[in-house]
Amino acid sequence: MKHATQSLLIRGGRVIDPLARMDAVMDVLLRDGQVAEIAPPNKIRAGAEEKIDAQGLIVAPGFIDLHVHLREPGQGYKETIASGTAAAAVGGFTSVCCMPNTTPVLDSPEWVTWVRQPQRGAVVNVFPIAAATQASKGAVLTDFRALQRTGAVAVTDDGKPVLSETTMRDALRASAEINFPVIQHAEDTRITQNCSMNEGPTSFRLGLRGMNVNSEAAIVDRDVQLAQQFNGARLHIAHLSTAASLTAVRRGKKNRARVTCEVTPHHLALTDADVRDYDTNFKMNPPLRSAEDREALLAAIADGTVDAVATDHAPHAQHEKIIEFERAAFGITGLETALGLVISVLSADHRLPLTRIVELFTSGPARVLDLRGRGTLLRGSHADVTIFDPKKRWTFDASKSRSKSHNTPFDGRQLTGKVVATIVGGKIIYRAV
Amino acid sequence: MSTSRPQSEKRSVARGSLLGIEDLPVSEINKLLLLARKMNPAKARPLLRGKRVLLLFYEASTRTRTSFEVAAQALGAETSLVISSGSSIEKGESLLDTAYTLRAVGADAIVVRHLNAGAPHLMASYLDIPVINAGDGMHEHPTQALLDAYTILKHKKKLTGLQVTILGDIYHSRVARSEIHLLSKAGAKLTLCGPPELLPEMATTLVKGLRISRSCEEAVRGADVVMILRVQRERLAGLKVSLPDYVSRYQMTMARLRMAKPDALLMHPGPIIRGLELTWDVADCPQSVIVEEVHNGVPLRMAVLARALGKAA
Repeated sequence: MKHATQSLLIRGGRVIDPLARMDAVMDVLLRDGQVAEIAPPNKIRAGAEEKIDAQGLIVAPGFIDLHVHLREPGQGYKETIASGTAAAAVGGFTSVCCMPNTTPVLDSPEWVTWVRQPQRGAVVNVFPIAAATQASKGAVLTDFRALQRTGAVAVTDDGKPVLSETTMRDALRASAEINFPVIQHAEDTRITQNCSMNEGPTSFRLGLRGMNVNSEAAIVDRDVQLAQQFNGARLHIAHLSTAASLTAVRRGKKNRARVTCEVTPHHLALTDADVRDYDTNFKMNPPLRSAEDREALLAAIADGTVDAVATDHAPHAQHEKIIEFERAAFGITGLETALGLVISVLSADHRLPLTRIVELFTSGPARVLDLRGRGTLLRGSHADVTIFDPKKRWTFDASKSRSKSHNTPFDGRQLTGKVVATIVGGKIIYRAV
Repeated sequence: MSTSRPQSEKRSVARGSLLGIEDLPVSEINKLLLLARKMNPAKARPLLRGKRVLLLFYEASTRTRTSFEVAAQALGAETSLVISSGSSIEKGESLLDTAYTLRAVGADAIVVRHLNAGAPHLMASYLDIPVINAGDGMHEHPTQALLDAYTILKHKKKLTGLQVTILGDIYHSRVARSEIHLLSKAGAKLTLCGPPELLPEMATTLVKGLRISRSCEEAVRGADVVMILRVQRERLAGLKVSLPDYVSRYQMTMARLRMAKPDALLMHPGPIIRGLELTWDVADCPQSVIVEEVHNGVPLRMAVLARALGKAA
C-alpha cells in the first residue's frame, strides 16, 4: 500500500511542526514513506508523481490518538479495526493506540501480534496497548517485556483501574526497568459503584448516583507518589477530568517524575449540566464534570500541564445505549469530531494558538508513548501528514460517520476546523469531498 | 387503535404524559388540582370507557398501584397489571421492547414504576401514547406530590406562604424531589432536615430559596406542614447511617411535633415504619393526615389519567 504513490508534494500550506519549532508557509515532499524535504514555496527541485495544493490550509504532522477502543478481538458488533481506523482517517488521525479491554483481553503477545496483522484492514497505524494485569483482573502483572517486544507501546487495564496499590507499585517498578509506560484509568471503583454521572447539582436533580471528583484524584495522587519512588518509572494518566487530579500531576512534574496526562475533547467541550433528559450519549467514564473542572482543564492545556488530547473513542451498539441511563454502557465515539471540537473550544472560544493545538495532537502524544519518527515532519520522519482548514465551519452528521457505532452527543453540532486530507506513509487515505 | 410496529425512533414526548413536576408549569398543576376536586371515586363517570390503561411495575408498590387501578376503573377504563417477575422482563426483554409490546396489545396509556431514574422518560421518548411516572428510582414521583398538594389544600386556604418542613431521607427520595419542585413552584417556604448522609448540602441547588437544617426541633418550629419521609434502607448501599442515632436525632415524636403550629398537618407518603422515622402516637395523632393522603390519591390519579387521555373536560 505504501508504494502506490512513491512521491507526494504538498504545496503552499502553512506548516506547523511544534517539535521542529516550525510555523511557516512551506512545501513538503514525501518520498518512499518518509519526509524527504521541507522548503519555502517553489524551492523543491525534485519532481513528484502527485501534488496537493494546500494554500490557505494547515499542514501538520499526522495526528496521534493515544486512547481509542477499536473493539477487536471479540466485539466487532461495536467497531472493527477496519471501521475504527476509517473513522480515525476522517478525523485526521494517522496513528491510533488501541485499548486492551477486548474479548479476550489483550494480555498476551499473541493477541498483540493479531491486532497488528495486515488482514485486520487498518488504514492508519495501529499501536496496541496491552493489559497491565492478566485478563485485566488487577491481580497478576502481564509479561511487560514480552508485550513490549511484540509491539505493544504501553500497558493499562483501561475501562477499570489498577486499584491495588501493591499491583500498581509492581507495575511501575517494572515500567522503570524496561522504560515502558503504564497508563492508569484513575477511578476508585470502591466509591463509584452504581454511579452513572458526576456528583453535583445535576446528578442530584436527576436522582442519579454521582461519582465524586475524589474517586479520580485519590488514585492519581497515589500513583504520582508511587511513580516518584522508582527512578524512570513512566506513569500516564488517561482521560484526566478533574482539577484535583491536575494538582497531583503538576506536583509530580515539578518533582521530575515521568508523569504525563491526556484530556478528551468532550471534557473540554461539555459539563455535567449538559446531561439532559437522561440522554445516554452524555454518559461516559470519567463523567462530564463541573464547569470549574472544565475551566481547570482549559487552564492546564494552556499552561502545558496537559501533554495530549486523546479521544477515548468508545463505540457501543444501540442495544447498549438506548436503555435506562443507569444501565447504559459508558462511552462515546470521538475520532471524527476531535479536531473540530478542540479548535472550536480552544481556538475560537479561548484564543489558544494553533501551534499549541497541533502539539496536543502530534508531538505531545508521540512523546508520551515514545512513538519515534512520528508527531513531527522533520526530515526522515514517517510520511504521516494531516492537512486541515482551521476556519472551516461545518456540521457533524453522526449518520454519516465511518464508525460502526453512532453514540455521540455531538450529532448536529456546529464545529469550526475540519480535516481536508489525511496521509499515512506517503499515501492519501482520506480526502474531504 | 391500529396495530403498532415497533419503531426505534426518538420522538417528542406524547401529549398527556406526566414524567415529573420539574417540567410541569404551575398552570398545569393548578388545572390538575382543580380537576381532582371534580372527581368522585364513589360516583363513577365513564370518561375513559373503552380505554386500556397498562400498569407496568418494576418495583414493589401497594398504594400507588392500587390507587391507579381504582382510579382508572372509576373512570370506566380497563386496566392490566404487568409486574417484572413472571413477565418477559425476567427473560431479559428491554424496557422499550416491553413498552412496544404493551402498546401493541392496545394500551392507550402506560403507568410505569421503575427502579431506574429516567425510565419513564425513555419510554415516553419512543412511544406515541402517554406515559405516567408512578415513581422512577431516586428521581420523581409526581402524583404523590400532586396528591399531597391536594390534601394540604383540603385543610389550608393556599400553598403560597405556607411553612413546610420535609424531614428524613431526602437524598434517596423521589417523593422529596417532586414535593420540593411542586411546593416551591406554588410559593411555599421550604425547610429540609436530615443528617448530611441523607441530605447533602447540594440539595439546596434543586430550587431557589431552600433552607437546610440539621436540627429537627429548629426545622419543625412554626411549621404549617410537617412531612416525614421514610429512611430507605434498601437504597442505603454503602452509607454509614446509624439507625439508633437517626431515631434519637430525627424521629418525629409528639414532643417535637408540638413545636410546629397548633394546626400543623403531619404528612407521610408511606409506607410508614412506626418506631423509626415516627412514633406510634404521631402516626395516629389528630394532626396526622397520612390515611387521608392515601384516600386522596384516587381522585388525583383520576384527574391525571383523564388529562392523559384527553378527557380533562
